[in-house]
Amino acid sequence: MAFEGLAERLQSTIKKITGKGKISEQDIKEMSREIRLALLEADVNFKVVKDLINRIKERAVGQEVMESLTPGQQVIKIVRDELTELMGGENTRITVADRPPTVIMMVGLQGAGKTTTTGKLANLLRKKHNRKPMLVACDVYRPAAIQQLETLGGQLDMPVFSLGTEANPVDIAKQAIEKAKEEHHDYVIIDTAGRLHVDTELMTELQEIKDITTPDEIFLVVDAMTGQDAVNVAESFNDQLDISGVVLTKLDGDTRGGAALSIKAVTDKPIKFAGMGENLDQLEPFHPERMASRILGMGDVLSLIEKAQTNVDEQQAKELEEKMRSMSFTFDDFLEQMDQVKQMGPLDELLGMLPGAGKMKGLKNAQVDEGQLAQVEAIARSMTKKERQEPNIINASRKKRIAKGSGTTVSQVNRLLKQFEEMKKMMKQMTNMQKGKKGKGGFKLPFM
Amino acid sequence: MSFFDKLKKRFKQDDGAEQVQEKYKEGMKKTRGVFSGRINDLLARYRKVDEDFFEELEEVLISADVGVTTVMDLVDELKMEVKRQNIKDTEEVKDVISEKLVEIYYGEDNEDIENLNIQENEMTVILVVGVNGVGKTTSIGKLAQQLKEEGKKVMMAAGDTFRAGAIEQLEEWGERAGVEVIKQSAGSDPAAVIYDGIRAAKSRNADVLLCDTAGRLQNKVNLMNELEKIKRVIEREIPGAPHEVLLVLDATTGQNALNQAKTFSQATDVSGIVLTKLDGTAKGGIVLAIRNELNIPVKYIGLGEQIGDLQEFDASLFVYGLFADMLEEEGVEDEDES
Repeated sequence: MAFEGLAERLQSTIKKITGKGKISEQDIKEMSREIRLALLEADVNFKVVKDLINRIKERAVGQEVMESLTPGQQVIKIVRDELTELMGGENTRITVADRPPTVIMMVGLQGAGKTTTTGKLANLLRKKHNRKPMLVACDVYRPAAIQQLETLGGQLDMPVFSLGTEANPVDIAKQAIEKAKEEHHDYVIIDTAGRLHVDTELMTELQEIKDITTPDEIFLVVDAMTGQDAVNVAESFNDQLDISGVVLTKLDGDTRGGAALSIKAVTDKPIKFAGMGENLDQLEPFHPERMASRILGMGDVLSLIEKAQTNVDEQQAKELEEKMRSMSFTFDDFLEQMDQVKQMGPLDELLGMLPGAGKMKGLKNAQVDEGQLAQVEAIARSMTKKERQEPNIINASRKKRIAKGSGTTVSQVNRLLKQFEEMKKMMKQMTNMQKGKKGKGGFKLPFM
Repeated sequence: MSFFDKLKKRFKQDDGAEQVQEKYKEGMKKTRGVFSGRINDLLARYRKVDEDFFEELEEVLISADVGVTTVMDLVDELKMEVKRQNIKDTEEVKDVISEKLVEIYYGEDNEDIENLNIQENEMTVILVVGVNGVGKTTSIGKLAQQLKEEGKKVMMAAGDTFRAGAIEQLEEWGERAGVEVIKQSAGSDPAAVIYDGIRAAKSRNADVLLCDTAGRLQNKVNLMNELEKIKRVIEREIPGAPHEVLLVLDATTGQNALNQAKTFSQATDVSGIVLTKLDGTAKGGIVLAIRNELNIPVKYIGLGEQIGDLQEFDASLFVYGLFADMLEEEGVEDEDES
């Protein structure tokens, strides 16, 4: 990875001030430089960064360090609080028209993912809200854009209104709404052509579509990977069309997504949805607080602690620790652990949050393949209760059955059994190590 | 002679370059507007070259998506240069800035790095890769037309079998350019499509085969493996191929472009970059970082929607594009209003 997390960057700076009870101005100055760099590397617009840093400085100077936190963690907490505040609360409500159909207009730059998002949004409306949307193909410019929407409509079994590439987009939109009224569609989603925010001619076209269809929502679709220019794009679309919300796409990539913060800061419009994959059901509500952590790219020790506190039962954790020490850890415990970890969020995110994980070789760049994890779970779940308790009894024919039951191969089952044994050994070592270090209980993630 | 004088001189002498220069100027009008405006503003406000000046310069460069690491390197070098030449006046710094930018870009190499590696006596295979929505298919379409106009026999393989409408999109470009497209139905194995494409192109004695692929985010391991497989198929069929692996990057992309370049290079040995959508306000400064950190040259840039708007990249012109307003202020006659 080209970017280190903020936590890592801060580490050296923090070292100097550990043990202090208060954060001095000089500390803040050094730290704010690191925070600034981290935010800039996450593509947050430099102006937004400047404002943020000023606010963070104000809040941090002279603050007492909370008992439970190191000064570094304290600063990170302030940063994260500021970011979360700026990102605003969750908001995925779609304004509904008094008299149907509700009209939603999708706008944005080329290649942001408007057409795909149109399909995803329609799918979401039908699945979650039991609605009957109609899609409208107003991109008459890009080759095969209409076919793309028609194909998506075919996959979803949803009507797509189009008049070919010769028609005027404004006319298409107008006729589509009439048609939707006739056919009693309660939602109309208009897919428009991608355009540059500085292209006056095409921006005027959007205004005309807006005037004639009076949409209830105008969603600006933005690529999460957008850099410093996100501010110009969002500002300009918002000024000209008064957008009502934002959909952030391609968030399943490894971008920090600082653009989200920039867009929110300049438009003050909520980011409502996030595109999380190539399939049509991968449009999710946008979680501002998660985005804040992601932008910081940290080692978010705090939120891991919070997450762990809410999700891991202390009692369970203690029992587990006992089991680990006595080597009586079974596949049942393993499954339980997996469930607990899954409740906390995506695994690679969790790995990133583990204090010190960044320093461990191998772990730093570890990419956790969630698919592989599902496979492991399937294998474990395909065992009988007895097998889970006593993996030793798993012989060749049992392995065959397990492989069949989990849709894997015998060699995959073998691999898991072997890994499980190794893991048990490693755990024993780890718990022995920790015993000497500190007596505080708490959670552990044994299969890391 | 200063860098800007050299640039000016070069454009004065070379009439042929004038047209290209216009394209850059026109295409990058919005791009440079803010950029050179800010640099000018900066130079006007600061009479003296001091710490504050450099800090603001840092911001201007970061606002162009040049990337924090590259900016820090650059500013450090500038500081040294300023000290060495004993520059006190901000006006003189201007030259040094752009000189350094171009220097970062070229490094040790000569200017040949920008040319496409077209084979003389055998078929050239060009594989085009990138994340979703950067403009791969469009770039291929434009490239096909340009190569055809140069008198080459061009064919295209519709390797994006995943995205809805992608095959139709390439076919539409094929029709416009009068170039044959090898395809299979949507959802089929892309490596098989490319294999078919190579076979067909060989038997029809094509000079250039352009291979489209589906957009994929670089952190999707299975999709990157698929790309490796496609490359292996090409290597097996034609030793030495693919002769070019072009990574298409969207100029509006921020720091993630570095990750893209890194990961796609690991999978497919990227040989060059096509920087698209440079006709907005985005500056595409990330290409400097990519060149600086990964040593991959830009081969083409997209300055607009027209076919001719896909231009061969020229680093000095790129920098000229960023600074053109400043050049003209300095008294270069230029009849054109821009």
